[in-house]
Amino acid sequence: MPEQLLFAAEVTLNGLMAGVLYALVALGFVLIYKASGIFNYAQGVMALFAAATLVGIMKGQVPFAHLINAIFGTKVHYFGWTVPALLAILLTLVVMVVLAWAVNRFIMRHLVNQEPIILFMATIGFAYFLEGLSDLMWNSEIKKLDVGLPQGINLWIDETTFNAFGYGFFIDNLDIVATVIAIALVASLIFFAQYTKQGRAMRAVADDHQAALSVGVSLNFIWVMVWSLAGFVALVAGMMWGAKSGVQFSLSLIALKALPVLMLGGFTSIPGAIIGGLIIGVGEQLFEFAIGAPFLGGATQNWFAYVLALVFLVFRPQGLFGEKIIERV
Amino acid sequence: MFYREAGDFKTSYVEDSQTFPIAFDRWRYYAVLAFAFLVVPFIINDYWANAILLPFLIYAIASIGLNILTGYCGQVSLGTGGFMAVGAYACYKLMTAFPDVNIFFIVIASGFITAGVGVLFGLPSLRIKGFYLAVATLAAQFFLVWLFNRVPWFYNYSASGQINAPERTVFGIEVTGPNTEAWATYLFCLVFTVLLAIIARNLTRGAQGREWMSIRDMDIAAEIIGVNPLRAKLTAFAVSSFYVGVAGALFFAVYLGAVEVGEVFGIQKSFIVLFMIIIGGLGSIFGSFAGAAFLVVLPVALKLVGVDLLGWPTDIVAHFQLVIIGLLIVVFLIAEPHGMAQLWRVAKEKLRLWPFPH
Repeated sequence: MPEQLLFAAEVTLNGLMAGVLYALVALGFVLIYKASGIFNYAQGVMALFAAATLVGIMKGQVPFAHLINAIFGTKVHYFGWTVPALLAILLTLVVMVVLAWAVNRFIMRHLVNQEPIILFMATIGFAYFLEGLSDLMWNSEIKKLDVGLPQGINLWIDETTFNAFGYGFFIDNLDIVATVIAIALVASLIFFAQYTKQGRAMRAVADDHQAALSVGVSLNFIWVMVWSLAGFVALVAGMMWGAKSGVQFSLSLIALKALPVLMLGGFTSIPGAIIGGLIIGVGEQLFEFAIGAPFLGGATQNWFAYVLALVFLVFRPQGLFGEKIIERV
Repeated sequence: MFYREAGDFKTSYVEDSQTFPIAFDRWRYYAVLAFAFLVVPFIINDYWANAILLPFLIYAIASIGLNILTGYCGQVSLGTGGFMAVGAYACYKLMTAFPDVNIFFIVIASGFITAGVGVLFGLPSLRIKGFYLAVATLAAQFFLVWLFNRVPWFYNYSASGQINAPERTVFGIEVTGPNTEAWATYLFCLVFTVLLAIIARNLTRGAQGREWMSIRDMDIAAEIIGVNPLRAKLTAFAVSSFYVGVAGALFFAVYLGAVEVGEVFGIQKSFIVLFMIIIGGLGSIFGSFAGAAFLVVLPVALKLVGVDLLGWPTDIVAHFQLVIIGLLIVVFLIAEPHGMAQLWRVAKEKLRLWPFPH
């Protein structure tokens, strides 16, 4: 039985790591939702786009190469240089900021004061657009992303646990790095929101658009900033997931996984996103391990998170940490 | 002029409240029906049936279904693909379990089964709203697809995990299976589409539709003036799922013939149907048709222009299609949130006053 218990503990640990990655994506959602009340479905595709751009810049791919070749009959693919990872990350960040500006200028500014559900659908449209753009720019092959993050099984943990319990825990180095980065990111985001001028302005906008405007906060600036932040979080999430399983279309589907995370944690809470992510990550691994694989034929991860969120919502519609929803006529 | 109410005097309430009060509209409607029933079957070929007409008719049914739920009752659903899968698998199980029952009734029965499942997944809508509900319907989408993938009973323990439609006939003419004629499948779907559209049109402009719309516009206010939200929401889920289920059954049995659930009824299907009603027009039966037609024709047209005319590789055209659909969604939401149906309405208003608008 202890064998089983140890195995369960390992599953739990791995679930926690996966949960951290979910939480990373969910964070981007929360940021935008708090500041502009927009539920940004495109967050996952932004992660995909960021990761693809990063790989493209590092390898010196020519943007739209495929398209140019098709139109002009040329055969260009690469500039012939490679860019070091750090510089590439910075350049990608610039791209994400430009994207954030464009989203605000061309989409969100025209949709101010619309119903949330309309905004939500607009972001679905934007997600399609960005997905197509990403494929056109950097082609849709599965790309390997290597920015020098450690990978593979962590031998130290394996050995230590083997000596202690007689059973080696299998934990990926990358997951550990991701966890550390996620914690650092959350800490810095909380610091940013609480103690900097821009962070305060952001919270003011989240609280009340009109009041914020009247004391001289620039809504446009805050929105661009928030979308850029979300782009930055998307880049980090894209890097982690991309290093884990390659840069490919399925990357954008993690956005869908982040939704139940948000439902659990509440849309407006940064700690909620983290805890929701951990609950979902551990929950789905344990459920698969204990019930899914032996009794239900496996692959229950596909739906467990959603059903959990659904059941949970029926009892507590605002999530664990969300603000209470008050409705008036 | 020809497009006027003027001079067209109504002498009874029935005449006054008919769907097309303007004579020209009425005749146009009859003409379209006559063309669809009497002319198209004679000129149709396999390419037109499979590339455009069948998907158009079936997607139109699904869009009407989703429009009832989302456009009329205001409950956003991302579970359309899952409910279509329910219709398809119900149809398959019924077809194989009762080989003697007419396929027409089997499709209807699959609709009712889907309605039951829809009500089940609609129950949370009483507690949660807006995009919270949209995400809750994702649970339906993923759970149902997983269920049909993993439980062998649903695909009769076939080795491939696929379901294949056996041959069934209506009036001695095959409508499912590999040896069907284009005109037969077309007419079979057309009958469903027209019947369901007429029913939907009359449901939505009657008392039931008003209940739905009051819930959509403001549910608390609706409750205060005496609309039962439980009844209104669950009927919307039931009717909507019925339509979507019929669409799923037709999609599987008549259009595709063989289905692998994850590929055909995945989350993409839910989005496509949602896009159809956004582009076509939320809360409009005509809009459901317009949106379905648009999104069925667009890929075909893009392929014609991109691959056949310009000679681009197919993957580039596919990517362009994503970009264009995404752009269109955003443009429609910004410029015309009520979709193509609103353009049509505006055009008709203009036409009523034409050529002396002042």
